[in-house]
Amino acid sequence: MRVGIIGVGMTAFRPSTPEYNWKELMFEAASRAYADAEINPREDVDSFLTCAEDYYEGFGIFDEFVPDQLGAALRPTCTVSGDGLQGLANAYMQIQTGLVDVAVVEAHSKASDIVTLDGVIEHALDPIWNKPLGAHPFVVAGLEADAYLRATHTSPKALASVVAKNHGNALRNPLAAYGAAVDVEDALRSPERFAPLRALDISNPADGCVVLVLASERAAKKLHSNPVWIRGVGWASDSPSLETRDWSDAAYTRLAAEMAYRLAKLRRPATEIDVAEVDDRFSYKELQHLESLGLAKKGEAGKRVVRGDYGPEGRLPVNVSGGSLGCGNVFEATGLHRAAEVALQLRGDAGVRQLDGVRVGVAQSWRFIPSATGAVAILEVPG
Amino acid sequence: MTKVGVIGAGMTLFRRRLEETGKELCFEATKMALDSAGLTRGDVDMVVCGTAPDAFDGVAMKGEYLLDGSGGYRKPYTRVFTGGGTGVFSTIAGWWHVASGLADVVLVVNEEKMSSCQPHPQSVFAHIWDPILDRPLKPNLVWIFAMEMNRYMTVYGVKKEDIARVAVKNKRNAVGHPCAQLADPNITVDDVLNSEVMAWPVQRLDISPPSDGASAVVLASEDFIRKRRIKDRAWISGVGWCIDSTMWTDRDLVFPEYVARAAKHAYKMAKIDEPRRQIDFAEPYDPFD
Repeated sequence: MRVGIIGVGMTAFRPSTPEYNWKELMFEAASRAYADAEINPREDVDSFLTCAEDYYEGFGIFDEFVPDQLGAALRPTCTVSGDGLQGLANAYMQIQTGLVDVAVVEAHSKASDIVTLDGVIEHALDPIWNKPLGAHPFVVAGLEADAYLRATHTSPKALASVVAKNHGNALRNPLAAYGAAVDVEDALRSPERFAPLRALDISNPADGCVVLVLASERAAKKLHSNPVWIRGVGWASDSPSLETRDWSDAAYTRLAAEMAYRLAKLRRPATEIDVAEVDDRFSYKELQHLESLGLAKKGEAGKRVVRGDYGPEGRLPVNVSGGSLGCGNVFEATGLHRAAEVALQLRGDAGVRQLDGVRVGVAQSWRFIPSATGAVAILEVPG
Repeated sequence: MTKVGVIGAGMTLFRRRLEETGKELCFEATKMALDSAGLTRGDVDMVVCGTAPDAFDGVAMKGEYLLDGSGGYRKPYTRVFTGGGTGVFSTIAGWWHVASGLADVVLVVNEEKMSSCQPHPQSVFAHIWDPILDRPLKPNLVWIFAMEMNRYMTVYGVKKEDIARVAVKNKRNAVGHPCAQLADPNITVDDVLNSEVMAWPVQRLDISPPSDGASAVVLASEDFIRKRRIKDRAWISGVGWCIDSTMWTDRDLVFPEYVARAAKHAYKMAKIDEPRRQIDFAEPYDPFD
């Protein structure tokens, strides 16, 4: 049975949203998604899924704080403690069982409410082996960036090209928080942070919410919608321990992509995929993820971004949305935002950043520091 | 819809487990479950983890932390979380992994480690309330159950003695269970009624104690069960889940409509129309008797 996306709802991403609490943020995105899908959540939806983590939310049991603003009170509702794409994968499976016809997936960030964001991220480090070292958690990204640059002979200029491209793309995305005209030289000269990463290599937090409505082929037909089909999903985790994971290859993305390509029956992803939205919360991650997705050979992504292959006019447009560097780090909503962006591109609803002739797209996510977990979704519209 | 069976189970001792990390508890339960199914980690396609507030263990993104102990290394692994209902819900999530046709064998692992929460896990429950409307009143978990219990007793005319019988029955049932924390063969209704009052009508022996432990089940598709000629299996014939409003002031404190709706869904799927006659035994959640 085919499963499709029939509704997309997003709030703007902003460094802070003092005018909204988290419930109002969720309500806005949900209302937009329901209007887009032309459905009534109290009658047409069989299952609601939220992607959230207690510590980011500041609650003991955040699951309890989800239903009302989504229209989900006294309905089947659950939390997937993971990235939005993992929530999408679970909704996809629920529909594949035949038990659920229409499912709603929500993910959000209210990072501006978190007083000690670095402390919360640090709290996810192994409490016995890593946390007592007292290092800032972004040291993990610095070390990994170093391992990646060495293993693939990628130049710092490649990272700066990712930064310039994504901030520039964000200028054409009205939802993005951090659009800016940054050139490669600016990025190379920005202050050093976690060597080899510089200030501009690191995405900044943002608030925002994304809601997608998924439907079975049968339900989509009944609702007279024109779905973006989910051809494949995949998700995987490498070792949670820093000491035993692969530091240069994003094994979690390689495995997730293998699964998604298998389900999508995509044999030559590098030639069949027209548009990609991949996690770039640190600039090197975009390149590492493109290689793990099989969209570039190992060590080539850096050369190709410098050549301009990944720009909106390039051979494979990557993060036309502006990515996390341009839109902001929306934590668990990151992957769902990327799926929403790919869906908009495939529907032809991406406004001034609309690409021509895109039919197959990939969205990829990573669960941020210190995880080695990621997910992949392949979306498609009929040619 | 692929038919799904439970083919293995494992459960650790429930106690204050100071010598083991959460990962190790997961490993113990996982190993027992796989051994009982006659499988190894190599047979497992996907892993689902169920665990409740991260603050109990004191680790953010607790699902990621428990991943290797749960057998999730380099596999599709997801954590689900529905508060106190997580234990049963994770098996439902495991069910849809198999019923969707995406996996043949799924390992479902649940873990909770409350002893790392100092001075008492009750302090985590200070953070389960609405930050504007409830938290300034400094409520704790016992209060809300006290209000529910009081309302239940008042509306249905149930006596405190009758409710105490649940604690007596369950603590006596636990005698001989190798994992049980508070088995007591000699407990009486009077013991419960004479125990310390926490928030009337809830008394100490009406409440389940904090604990550390893990449990795991192995789920498999009908095809896999037939191919491997597995005889020991229980089929999952129905599932249902539901959540009520966030605002407990808007909920019906007497009748848990969310349970009724979840049950109705599961019964319909399992083609059960007379549950009182057709169901042979039950294991409902009893954090308070």
